[in-house]
Amino acid sequence: MSHAASASAPGAGALFLDAEALYQELLRGVRQLCQADTRLVGITSGGAWLAQRLQADLQLPGKPGIISSAMHRDDFAQRGLASSAQTQLPFDVNGAHIVILDDVLYTGRTLRAVINELFDYGRPASVKLAVLVDRGGRELPVQPDFAAARVALGERQSLSLARAEDGRFRFEVKEK
Amino acid sequence: MLYKRNPQLNKNGELIHLLSVEGLPKSILTHILDTATNFVSLNDREVKKVPLLRGKSVFNLFFENSTRTRTTFEIAATRLSADVINLDIARSSAAKGESLLDTIANLSAMAADIFVVRHSESGAPYLIAQHVAPHVHVVNAGDGRHAHPTQGLLDMFTIRHYKKDFSNLTVAIVGDVLHSRVARSDIHALTTLGCAEVRVVGPKTLVPNDMAAMGVRVCHTLEEGIKDCDVVIMLRLQNERMSGALLPSTHEFFKRFGLTPEKLQLAKPDAIVMHPGPINRGVEIDSAVVDGAQSVILPQVTFGIAVRMAVMSIVAGNEA
Repeated sequence: MSHAASASAPGAGALFLDAEALYQELLRGVRQLCQADTRLVGITSGGAWLAQRLQADLQLPGKPGIISSAMHRDDFAQRGLASSAQTQLPFDVNGAHIVILDDVLYTGRTLRAVINELFDYGRPASVKLAVLVDRGGRELPVQPDFAAARVALGERQSLSLARAEDGRFRFEVKEK
Repeated sequence: MLYKRNPQLNKNGELIHLLSVEGLPKSILTHILDTATNFVSLNDREVKKVPLLRGKSVFNLFFENSTRTRTTFEIAATRLSADVINLDIARSSAAKGESLLDTIANLSAMAADIFVVRHSESGAPYLIAQHVAPHVHVVNAGDGRHAHPTQGLLDMFTIRHYKKDFSNLTVAIVGDVLHSRVARSDIHALTTLGCAEVRVVGPKTLVPNDMAAMGVRVCHTLEEGIKDCDVVIMLRLQNERMSGALLPSTHEFFKRFGLTPEKLQLAKPDAIVMHPGPINRGVEIDSAVVDGAQSVILPQVTFGIAVRMAVMSIVAGNEA
């Protein structure tokens, strides 16, 4: 577990997460999950940023995949089709070894939708999951193969990754 | 209008019915086009179907004939995993004297979720939308001379696909504008999306008087109308809607307003030619143009499926 996540002084933003330090942890973890022919696939939008940077830092050839949960979400009837992000998988999914990346793992519902989406493109040989932050609160039996940090957040708090113009990451914690 | 607010939108400004392009903000039109882009790429998948409307029933209510529109709505609904029920209303209850609203009440009792409606009377889909339960959605598939919003949207999708941006475009809509609900939907959509110049082109008898008020340039010769334009939308001559002598003859019409390869050279070299179909070769458009390199008439049909998927999935996700 990284020292990059810690509970800071009480008050505004009771949680401090150093996204850049956590990224270095993630890089180390994903390197261990990868084999020679592994394909990275990032969940839009935070996970896709992570996949792009990891693809470069791990010196993997070609482009990483991008995957969207929009077509398979279970809350479609309540939330509608808000996201217009699009899945792009620039390789044959059949027989591929895939590592899915996301910024935050929470209920597991996005991941369920994303796995269904992935299987609409073919039958991968294996699928692993690496995330920057596992915030607990799972509602489905989904566990990451690697998490750079595990933190506890209240239900009313939302956590998401932001990317600055220079490509550096930071976490945004918002009260709902 | 009977309504306090646009009957197509809920109190959060989200689309719940698609009745007309008129009155919809640019953000909603763009959202539909962006969503349709996702559905175009379904062809890249092994499974060319998504579960967004699984367990929903789409009723195709065509009080007026259509092949292309009805079929593409049916394909769109099945690709969204909905159950589709096609009703040839013209030959059933309406012929036995049942009123439109009684037909709708009966079909609602069969647990319909979306009605796709084509009707010869302008405004029929509005009437239906006013009387359905809050979870039921209505999509206008063409009403009278009034509107054909999904055709307008698929035309916008096609233009955006080939030309990327509307702000520098000149678009000419040519032919029987008077009887065309497509022309009206196209004009509203082009104006809302910020198209630089919209021209309507046709003989005085087939161009309605209120066109200039819609912010378009009216041209009564094809040569003036298509000069230097980026997009030419040809309309079908709707003989079946014409009463009285609006035209000397179809031969005369083709001579003056038919799009031939020679006349098309007046448009920009990379201009695209569109047509909502069904085409009448040799009446409003020459065969060589239909089959030529600048024609995008068949891609329009393909994009129509994606646009109809986008519309149905967006309205189905929003509560009244």
